[in-house]
This record gives sequence, structure tokens and C-alpha cells, in this order.
Amino acid sequence: MKTVADLTTNFAGIRCPNPFWLASGPPSNCADQVMRAFDAGWGGAVWKTIGEPIVNTTSRYSSVDWNNQRMMGFNNIELISDRPIEANLREITEVKKRYPKNAVIASLMVESKREAWHDIVKRSEDAGADGLELNFGCPHGMSERGMGSAVGQVPDYACMITEWAKEAARTPVLVKLTPNITDIRTVARAAKRGGADGLSAINTLNSITGIDLDTLTPRPEVGGYSSHGGYGGPAVKPIALHMAQQLAADPEVGIPVSGIGGIEGWREAAEFLLLGCGSVQVCTAVMHYGYRIVEDMIDGLSQWMDEKGFANLESFRGLSLPRVTEWKHLDLNYRIVARIHPEKCIGCDLCYIACWDGAHQCIHREGYAKPEAAELATRARIVVTPIAKLDSHIGPDGKTTPERVPRVDEDECVGCNLCWLVCPVPGCITMEKVETGKPFESWEQRTAQAK
Amino acid sequence: MSSNSTDQLLPPAAAASEERFPDLHPALDAHAASIEASRCLFCFDAPCTAACPTHIDVPRFIKKIATGNLRGSALTILDSNVLGLSCSRVCPVDVLCEGACVMVRENYKPIEIGRLQRFAMERFYENPASGWSAPSPILHKEKVCCVGGGPASLACAAELRRRGYAVAVFDDRPLPGGLNTYGVAEYKLRPQDSLREVKMIRALGVEFRRALVGEAVSLDELEKEFTLIFLGMGLGAMNRLGIPGESLPGVVDALRFIERYKTAPDFRVSGKVAVIGGGNTAIDAANAARRLGADEVHLFYRRSEREMPAFRSEYDRSKVEGVRFHWLAQPTEIIGKEGRAAAVRFAPRRLGAPDHTGRSTVVSGSGSEFEFACDLVIPAIGQSQLTSLLENTRGVALQDGLVVVDRSTGRTTNPSYFSGGDCVNGGREVVDAAADGKRAAIAMAGQMEAA
Repeated sequence: MKTVADLTTNFAGIRCPNPFWLASGPPSNCADQVMRAFDAGWGGAVWKTIGEPIVNTTSRYSSVDWNNQRMMGFNNIELISDRPIEANLREITEVKKRYPKNAVIASLMVESKREAWHDIVKRSEDAGADGLELNFGCPHGMSERGMGSAVGQVPDYACMITEWAKEAARTPVLVKLTPNITDIRTVARAAKRGGADGLSAINTLNSITGIDLDTLTPRPEVGGYSSHGGYGGPAVKPIALHMAQQLAADPEVGIPVSGIGGIEGWREAAEFLLLGCGSVQVCTAVMHYGYRIVEDMIDGLSQWMDEKGFANLESFRGLSLPRVTEWKHLDLNYRIVARIHPEKCIGCDLCYIACWDGAHQCIHREGYAKPEAAELATRARIVVTPIAKLDSHIGPDGKTTPERVPRVDEDECVGCNLCWLVCPVPGCITMEKVETGKPFESWEQRTAQAK
Repeated sequence: MSSNSTDQLLPPAAAASEERFPDLHPALDAHAASIEASRCLFCFDAPCTAACPTHIDVPRFIKKIATGNLRGSALTILDSNVLGLSCSRVCPVDVLCEGACVMVRENYKPIEIGRLQRFAMERFYENPASGWSAPSPILHKEKVCCVGGGPASLACAAELRRRGYAVAVFDDRPLPGGLNTYGVAEYKLRPQDSLREVKMIRALGVEFRRALVGEAVSLDELEKEFTLIFLGMGLGAMNRLGIPGESLPGVVDALRFIERYKTAPDFRVSGKVAVIGGGNTAIDAANAARRLGADEVHLFYRRSEREMPAFRSEYDRSKVEGVRFHWLAQPTEIIGKEGRAAAVRFAPRRLGAPDHTGRSTVVSGSGSEFEFACDLVIPAIGQSQLTSLLENTRGVALQDGLVVVDRSTGRTTNPSYFSGGDCVNGGREVVDAAADGKRAAIAMAGQMEAA
């Protein structure tokens, strides 16, 4: 069914048909790529960072696979654009001419000199860029030359260079932040002081993805050596989401945030928007699957918005922000406990061992004091060779033997969620609210009363 | 008495058989094995381990495949079952480990434990650095012998040798391995797989002597040389049908038939074949006859489909092979023509009241006898034990022709004799024999240490 949700986006004055932007990186390296991305449906693109051309190494990428899924995390040591500034700017002009409704944001990184920034800002805007993104985030290579995260890790530098850019800029200036810092808000506030119109967060995290256990060389390998790279992909989403929330919730920041980090589909996009982001940027997922992934990002988000009754992005943007608070404000009298539904239990007993070894020892198997006792009993019982069933089609009733269905001691259960998290069967373990009869009481309130 | 080298005695059929008998379940490649291993939930106190007669720690060996620790995986398997390779290929996994897999209860496909085990074991045997490079040290003065060279004896011998006892295995066939080498259908297990295991057990320090116990070597001699004796001689020749014409050329019992095609590269079958019996060996022989070129293969069983002792999966597979089944038909005569079997006469039967075991008896049915013209008759009506040996073995009690043992130790009524495998259970799976042998070995070691 056709959706009615309106995805049009106005991010700090940058307008585009939807909030999905290519993040600055290999997928936005040249005009041909960006135009193909727009054809696929992307609302905007942050151009691969423009600056004095660099020389790259081979190889450049490495990744972390998990449980046979490729690229759970993705690392790169590629630098900014290796093409002349003129070529990039000429192509921006061409793209904007052919795709006037899509947003093109020029990502910039030049020497920390006022004239250099004035020059690149003017030339980018003359080329037709709808906005600028100052790359203060790149954590590898460029930082050794005093650029990228070397700027983004020092609030005063970040403020100063933002000021230089703003002195020349007519279009919105976004500052892309590095997460490789103790508190991302300090640089965000500095960017705001410098006049930034918006923020992009997060850039990649410093990483060494792994080591080849035959050659003993970390990856990616360049002639027997490696170097730390920038890590992104699904693995970093929770980190990025947290930082997006920190920025959006900080009253001293107060400017729009374009969310970046591990976004693969509409669900992650919705999460970033719910925490206040005004657009989202994607790189790794496109490198993995191509531009075509945007189709379901648009469709999925629209379907969800229609289902929830959200007419446009502003009608739900930031709705989850008030639900994030400090620990000291959480209700100490709120109580849930785990409940196992025996008819759904397949008897893997992962909840049992997880509770015993990793939590609070309140899930039990009848008749056994500890997991070791259950294992010993099994071993004793199976000393005699079991008689093989003669016909697999005439099996038991298909239900788990009660012996293997664990039981929760609800009085002892601390409601930590671990069993529910490890259970492989949907709906088999539920976390149920228990009425304590006690009023809301936070740690802050309790300690205040104690004084 | 002389030991022999298995290497020089590989049957000539080994190479040619691969074309005639392609694998029933093709091997997993490394990537597929990794994906399948990753599906395993790693159950606590896992039902698959309990369902395995040798109690291989299934989640543990599968996890090691997932982490790429293939040698550790194979050693985990061998630690519980020295015949891990042959069992991975012949085990009726659907009624053992895979039948117990918790995934089944969710209507998921069970983990392919058999194929994963085969993967780990084949990688182990392919690697020349694998195996026990040096024989285990002899730690005890007592010596043990195993009568028969089949799975039960091999498992018993390996376990005792690893525990530091000198062990000799007696078998009168040219090659050890028993039914694993000679009697399991080719599309499940090739002789060279069995012989790889024999080779490893030999490398462990187990001595193999070719001699028929009771004839070439007497029990007196064995008792003089060995402290304890394990009886693992399996069952002898097939039962006789006890009907006229059964000695005609063109009548070949199923085990002899399987042995012949496994050792003769050019063995072919043509025309119509009648297989008599409803067990797994009958099915193996019927399938083999089809694959060896028979135009038609008809299987006759005196009870009905429901009573057939063959595993359901074996039966289903046989139907796919094109074997035709005839129920409630009992052979009364094999009719010869020009000195060869040319037809079988059958009498109709019907099911009577259940006997004391609950199995239906067979009584005369209405209708007239009929003849089935054929070119080859393969009786497969169960194997009988080599009773003469046991009759000569003083004080070893038998019941219904089978050795009576204490189930948890394998000890016979003569404390110097232990037993396991087909001569105890009347003919079950390889894995049952392996479990019996190992269990007896543990008990024998315990008895010798206590003495």
C-alpha cells in the first residue's frame, strides 16, 4: 500500500526530500556515484572530504565478522579525497544542476589557516553546495598532520576554525565531531560558540580490528604493518546513539544534529530521529550493499510513521529524548521479574546457566542445587546406553520434558533481563511487572531523605 | 599369529566405489561448517550429548568448529568416541543426537551434528600432523585382549591403551574394523574410513593379531597371557532361512553381498533381485542392488510396513531409490532352474495377536502362495552370534544366544570376561558398540586398579 508519511527534511536550512544522506566517504567520492545514489532515492549526500589531494595506501579496509555475518564492524585507513579540489567542485556543480532538489553538502578539511578555510568555503559555495561540513573527526592519518580529529579533540581549535568558516560562509555550516574524546559535548559547545549551524556525529572510532594469527600483523595490512583506523558499522550504533542523545539533550548545544553511526536501515534511522536528530548519514551499509538499501529505509520509515500516525518527521523527532534520564532519577521501587512460559520452552537451558554464572542464581532446575548437580545427574542417568527410538516419526508429544524447563524464583529474581536476552525463543521468557505497592522513589530522593 | 599392515591391504574397490556410491550426505565445506556450527545454541547440559550413546560433548565440539579450533574439536570427539569418523557417517542421527536437538521443538531444522562431526573428523585425518604421534606409555603390568576387531573391541582397546594398558586385538579377517570395514553399506561408510581409524588406534600402541580365537589361539592361551578379556566378536554368519533351495547359487546373504561389492571393483548386479527381510541391513542391500545396476529390486517382509524394524529414514530413502516393497509375505522355497535360484515362493501371512514383547505374531493368511521370478535372492533376516566360542568360554552366561552383561560395566558372569557390541545387544548401531567398548574398558581398568 502506498504510504502517506511526509519525509521532507529541513536540516538547519538544508532542504531535501528525505532525511537519508550519504555520509562523507567512499560512496560519495564523485559525481557519477552521487547521481546514482540520488537516482536510488537518497535525499542528500555529504561529499567525500575535499582538501589538498592526498595519497592513499593499499590496503585500506578491514572488518569484524560476527557469527558468520560479514562486516559487523568496519574499519578504514583511507584519507580524504585523492582527487584535485577543482575536479570535486566542478562535479558538485554538475550534480546540483541535474539534481536541484537533493542536498549536496561539501565536507571540507584544509590546513588550520584562516585563509585556507576562507578559500575552500567560498569555492565550495560557488560550486553550488547546499551546506558545508567541517571534518573535525577523521581519526587516522589526517590527524597526524594536525587536521581532522586533531582539531576535533581540542575545543578551542574547533571553535576557532568554525569561526573562520562562518566568516566566509553563506550556507549552513555543520561540524562533524569525533567520538574519540572524553565528552563529545565539550567540542559541540565549542562549535556552537564558533557559530556552527548544526553538528554531524559521530565520526569513526579509533580501532585496531584484529590481527592475522598466521602473520601476526594487524589488519588492514600495508606491507607488513598496520595503523589504527576509523571504526564504524553496526557495531558502533549504540555508541553513536548515546552521543547523539548527549548532544540533543544538552541545552548549551542546542543546534540540529545529523546522526551517524551504524545505521543500516529504517529502524536505526527512526532511533536516531527519536533521539532528536534531524537527518541521518550512512556509509558502511552502502559500502556493504550498495545505494539500493535506501529504498527500504524510505519505505520502512514511511510504513512505521503511517502505522503510528506520524505525518512528518517533526511529529516524532525527539520523542524519546525525555525518556533518557540520569540513573539517580530512576524509580528504585519499579519491579519486574522473569516469567518462563513452559509451553514455549525448547529446553536449551541457556537462561539457567546464564542466571547462575552471569547473574543472580535465581533460575532453577527442579531437584538440583546447582548447575553442576544437574550435569552430574545427567551423566549418571545416561551411563547405560539409551535405547534408540526405532522410528523418528513417532516421537514424543513435541514438548520439552518438564525436567528441562527451568523455574524462576520470583522472590529472588532481580529483574535484570539477562535470561530474556539469552532466550532464543520469542515470547518464551517475558519480563512481568510486579506491583510493589510502594510509591516512586529515586536514589536522589532516598539519599536526600537520609541526610 | 601375525600382525599385518592395514595400508597394504586396502581393498581394490576403494577408488571405484566413489562413483558407484556417492555420499548419502555430502561433506560440508569449511564455510558451510562454520555457518552450521554458528547456528548451535550451545545448550547447557545438552540433550544431544545425553542422546549420544558415547556422550560426545556435542556443543563443545561444535563451538570449536565455530571458533576455528578444528584440532580441538576433533580431539573433543575422539575423547568420547575413538570411532568418531565412522560414527559421523553411519549413525542414525535423526533418532540420536539430531533427534534430541532442541531446535526441533521450535520446528527449526536440527543442527546437522553428524555432518559437523564428519567435517571435524575428516579435517583431523587429512592433516598428517594429527593423531597421537607416539604410542601412549605403558603404565601397568596387566595386559588385556579384545576378541574381534570390530567397533566394540576397537573402542575398548583404544580406551585401555590410553589408560596405559597393553592391549592386543584378535581378528581372523585380513583387515581389522569388523563390520565397519566389511559390513556397512558403501554409501554410508567406505572401508578406507574404517581403516583410518584402525591405523590411528594402531598408532596409539594397540597390537593387532590375525587369528581366530577358539581355533588358532585357544582361550587357555589367552587367559595365560592376558589379565582380562573383552568379547567383541559381534554376530557370526547370517541366520539361515531354513527353507529348501537356500544353498543354491544366486542366493547371497546380505552381509556377504555388502562385503562383496565393497571389496570387488567390478561387482555388478542385473535383472530382478529379491531381498528378504525388513531390517536396516535388508534396506542397505536393496539400495546397493539398485545402485549396482539391478533392473528391479523387490523387498519382501513377513509383517507389515508398521512392524518393519528398519528406521523410517532408511525406508524412505529406499523408496526414493526405487525399491518396491511387499508386505505379509513369507518365503517357503527358493526354486532353482538349471542349478541356479530362479524364483522364490511366498506364502501369504497376516498379523496375529501380539507376543510378550508387544510385537505382532505372524500367522497364515488367506490367499494362495505365489512365485516371484528373480535372478538374485538376498536373505537379510538378522545375524546369529558365534555361539561356539561362547560355549567354550567357561562361565560366561548367555541368554537367547547373547552374552549377558552388567549394563553399566559390560562385565559378564565371569569376572575375567567383559563384553559389548552386537554379541551383547543382538545387533545395534556402531555407536552403541563403541559406547559398550569404552564403558567396559573403564570398568576393566577400574577392576585391575582395585586388584
